[in-house]
Amino acid sequence: MGGLTLICLLGINAYARQFAQGLIVTGMSDEVSWGVYIANFTFLVGVAAAAVMMVIPVYIYNNSELHDLVIFGELLAVAAILMCLAFVTVDLGRPDRFWHLIPGLGQFNFPASMLSWDVIVLNGYLVLNAHICGYLLYCRYQNRKPAKWFYIPFVFIAIVWAVSIHTVTAFLYVGLGGRPFWNSAIVGPRFLASAFTAGPALIILALQVIRRVTDYRVTDRALLTLRSIVQVSMLINVFLLLNEVFKEFYSGNLHVASSRYLYVGLHGHHALVPWIWTAIVFNLAAMVLLVLPVSRSLRWLNLTCVLAIIGIWIEKGMGLVVPGFIPSPLGEIVEYRPSLNETVVCLGIWAFGLLCYTLFLRMSVPILQGRISKANEGAHPVEPAYVRATYH
Amino acid sequence: MPDSNGQPPSGPPEAGLSRRSFLRTSALLTTGLAALAASLKPLMDMNDFPTAERFMQKYYKELTPPEMEKVLKRIENDVEREYGIRPHVRDLKPMEGVQFVYCLNLTRCIGCRKCVHACVAENNQSRTPEIQYIRVLRLPHGSLDIEKAEHNYAPESVPEKGYFYMPVQCQQCQNPPCVKVCPVHATWQETDGITVIDYDWCIGCRYCEAACPYWARRFNFTKPSVPKERINPEMAYLGNRPRRQGVMEKCHFCIQRTRAGRYPACLEVCPAGARKFGNILDPNSEVSYILKNKRVFIQLKEELGTSPRFFYYFDV
Repeated sequence: MGGLTLICLLGINAYARQFAQGLIVTGMSDEVSWGVYIANFTFLVGVAAAAVMMVIPVYIYNNSELHDLVIFGELLAVAAILMCLAFVTVDLGRPDRFWHLIPGLGQFNFPASMLSWDVIVLNGYLVLNAHICGYLLYCRYQNRKPAKWFYIPFVFIAIVWAVSIHTVTAFLYVGLGGRPFWNSAIVGPRFLASAFTAGPALIILALQVIRRVTDYRVTDRALLTLRSIVQVSMLINVFLLLNEVFKEFYSGNLHVASSRYLYVGLHGHHALVPWIWTAIVFNLAAMVLLVLPVSRSLRWLNLTCVLAIIGIWIEKGMGLVVPGFIPSPLGEIVEYRPSLNETVVCLGIWAFGLLCYTLFLRMSVPILQGRISKANEGAHPVEPAYVRATYH
Repeated sequence: MPDSNGQPPSGPPEAGLSRRSFLRTSALLTTGLAALAASLKPLMDMNDFPTAERFMQKYYKELTPPEMEKVLKRIENDVEREYGIRPHVRDLKPMEGVQFVYCLNLTRCIGCRKCVHACVAENNQSRTPEIQYIRVLRLPHGSLDIEKAEHNYAPESVPEKGYFYMPVQCQQCQNPPCVKVCPVHATWQETDGITVIDYDWCIGCRYCEAACPYWARRFNFTKPSVPKERINPEMAYLGNRPRRQGVMEKCHFCIQRTRAGRYPACLEVCPAGARKFGNILDPNSEVSYILKNKRVFIQLKEELGTSPRFFYYFDV
């Protein structure tokens, strides 16, 4: 945690520099006016949305293996949304005018602007998830049964809402008629498929970390249930990618320039080519591993998850945001490379998110284990009381 | 925080706050605060710290006339303090029965970029970093495919054989994508057709810049700098008054001129007479004549449905 705090501070330092001197300290320009901030934002919205992929089996299919683990998934969603909000904030040229966005106080362009939709769905999702895990943990702490009516409806709302946050984020891009690379109906479905791959993959890794550093019991079967989610999503993800690549290159009209820039380079400019091929190789390797029974062993599953996460982070982040700007609407090719300062800000936000998640887990694991509860408050440390209140 | 891993706390139990742990905690706290303060140090050379008055300033459309008077005075004072010249800042409203239209004759344009520089001078655009509202494209003879455009052509003299030139600036769309996407209504279309920006309301998200199909918008990535002696003191609130760091700007058909009955600077300077500007609602205006009588005119990227008020035409 000390290390994370240090990176956080470095990030704050880099952001302070940006705040004072302006976005000129980033690699962005009038040609490529969004960069790695918005790329990370897009990726993390997906991670947040993917929390539902644990909620659905539990509450719709009554899968008890994942039951308690849902809370860890939702806490990850909360941490991811916090990171999203941080990434959007650092991308603003005038963060001091943030209040102009607050409905009632400022001028909120709803429903015309997709960005105003995004503000609503992201904050709504944050509140929903914070409520669900907060309430369940509070009840566990009080050692009492949670009232179903007070959280089950919200669970179902959150499932729909999770789809909405990523759909709205996709529409942010899809809605721009002047950017052919984004203005395609498949972007939304691809967002969801990749999110439901990378999110659960991240949760698989997180759960194993939890299992290692605490004595919280996470069964292998729970991890394998998540594996099948990742498996199906990755197949759909790769299928949709193929659809897009075919449409772009086979028809070969003028609008293929951005895709050409991304995959093979355009007029001698190919900064993104190595990245996107890394992503494709990682995604395909992950897909093959997921289909093979070998990924039932945890070591291979972890490798697969890492490949999938990195592959999708590249593809959904830089691979989606940057080519939309290249070439510019007037046909100019200006490439983008994040500056050092920009990169440090990003690392700082990731460290901040991990720090939040660590804190959430440190608070919730003992509560879930019954080690911290109202009953033994004030008493001297006792051996963990594994009184597990059932609340379903 | 409580040690939730279940390990016994270090130091003697039952002692509450022992001296050692007290010292350790306060040392940690001090180090933490010092580290935070140190990390915030770059804020010391803040380019442009907003005053409370500027921070609280209301949205353009919500300012009452007396409030607007005060704001205009304040801007004049700010400019005078910063540039040493007393400007004349007005809030010019659109005229009744006027809708502006721009026509540009591609047969005549010789690609000299005089319009670009006149625009920079008129509109107090930043010199470092350079901000220009007009981009002149050089296209190979016979093609309107913008992806073949050359932006940085620099021959000995213009025009060159085998090429034609197409200046592009804000197309003042009737259906502007930039206005639709702005999350805070900081940019909108006025009744005379000009899409304007409230520089004091823009939050700098650059969504409009991504939405614009004509690459017409420019962002102030840092504090704009204009040499004192180059400031144009005749200013409009929604026009050429100096902008601040972190906000968007773009061509506004020289609002400070055109709403006072003058031509835009780019038109006045054009040595080829390629630029025509006027009120499309007036049947006797030059632009009405062009749109009625020229056989071909082009709205750039017409297929996007943005319906520009900027028309390119040929001498046929």
